[in-house]
Amino acid sequence: MENEINIELIDREGALHNLIGPTDVNLNLMELIKLHELPVDGTCGGMAMCASCQIYVLNDVVSLEKSEDEQAMLDEAWHVQDNSRLACQIPISKEINGLKIELAPFNDDNHDDDW
Amino acid sequence: MIKTDIIIIGAGPVGLFTVFEAGLLKLKCHLIDALPEPGGQCIEIYPKKPIYDIPGYPSILGYELVENLMEQIRPFNPGFTLGEPAVDIKKDVDEQFIVTTKQGTQHKAPVVAIAGGLGVFTPRRPPISNLKEFENKGVNYIIKDPELFKEKDIVISGGGDSALDWALYFANDFSKKVTLVHRSQQFRAHNDSVQKAMDMASNGKINLILDSEVSAIEGNGSLESVKIKSKASKELTKINCDYWLPLFGLTPKLGPIANWGLEIEKNAIKVNNSDDYSTNIPGIYAVGDVNTYKGKLKLILCGFHESAIMVQSAFKRIHPNKKNILKYTTVTGISGFGE
Repeated sequence: MENEINIELIDREGALHNLIGPTDVNLNLMELIKLHELPVDGTCGGMAMCASCQIYVLNDVVSLEKSEDEQAMLDEAWHVQDNSRLACQIPISKEINGLKIELAPFNDDNHDDDW
Repeated sequence: MIKTDIIIIGAGPVGLFTVFEAGLLKLKCHLIDALPEPGGQCIEIYPKKPIYDIPGYPSILGYELVENLMEQIRPFNPGFTLGEPAVDIKKDVDEQFIVTTKQGTQHKAPVVAIAGGLGVFTPRRPPISNLKEFENKGVNYIIKDPELFKEKDIVISGGGDSALDWALYFANDFSKKVTLVHRSQQFRAHNDSVQKAMDMASNGKINLILDSEVSAIEGNGSLESVKIKSKASKELTKINCDYWLPLFGLTPKLGPIANWGLEIEKNAIKVNNSDDYSTNIPGIYAVGDVNTYKGKLKLILCGFHESAIMVQSAFKRIHPNKKNILKYTTVTGISGFGE
């Protein structure tokens, strides 16, 4: 389809999912992952303020250049690697067709029973 | 025991607006929230970020929306129990609900509306395997009583305002030694705080360790030292300390609500949206981000709608013999409860 791109996502159990993303509705990657009912929290609603949508970029389709806000949030997140990005900061556009990503582990504190 | 018509758990935008809708029907409300001030996510996560999908406001900042809602509900004089998470709910002999907070404050009402958003805001805890062993035994996420840290060796982690502000406070002839560890060279805090921290580091008042993180903690019963790992060299440096304060902000989690016998689906409370947003327990409703149903959208405006519908059902429950009313505020304005 003309206005669609494909993204490969590896979930936390290692399973591969093919995501199809529309490029004409101003989505970001966090929203696309949630649309496919895959487990990212996206707590802050896409403002680069919680790091609950952290992913690892596995191929060089998307640049690892980040805004100051995104970098500052990653500086305070856990499980961060050189290829970490916040999915909410990556717009769904033709440029990222073929992107391959992996979900970073949950923040432990967000998903254990002890509150 | 605090008594009211509707206990609202969660003082975020939807909880606050529920007070307004209930007030139009002459129902009194009392709000409970774990945070020390009303506003929920709008205040805790994005006070200075614009929200673009509130009807009638092309753009409004998080804190402005909360200020406006507080003004809007003032005529209805709601009660607040703030800084206390609701941990328990049970039914009294008269079928009314008793909601108890962690601090033991009790509230009683015939109707409970859960507007808990994504849950109780709790400190973000770094993934260190033996962390829980030392919680309140040298590891503190929240500073309630600064006196605890007087003349002590403390290590603070984080790059935001909370980490910087406390580092500056403790380093100002208060604690014995202050070490500030941050994973980057850049801070997310106010520029003047960052400058002050740099100045204090250069005159030896703060031991500033950048591009590093605390990777292990050790002690015998209570905390005795932390190990700090350099990002570049991966080298570990051991620092003896009395306290480690990981100050990485707060994150919401559903918390004790999950154990109240409510039907939970996808980390949210299942409600009947075709009717009145009631849960599987009659008399308990859930509105806003905390609920789920087919087609649910987690938007503030949807929460507002849900609360308007919900209070109609609550009214019927509280006054089974009275006729339901729909109040149009355009004609008569708002008549509050007075002080």
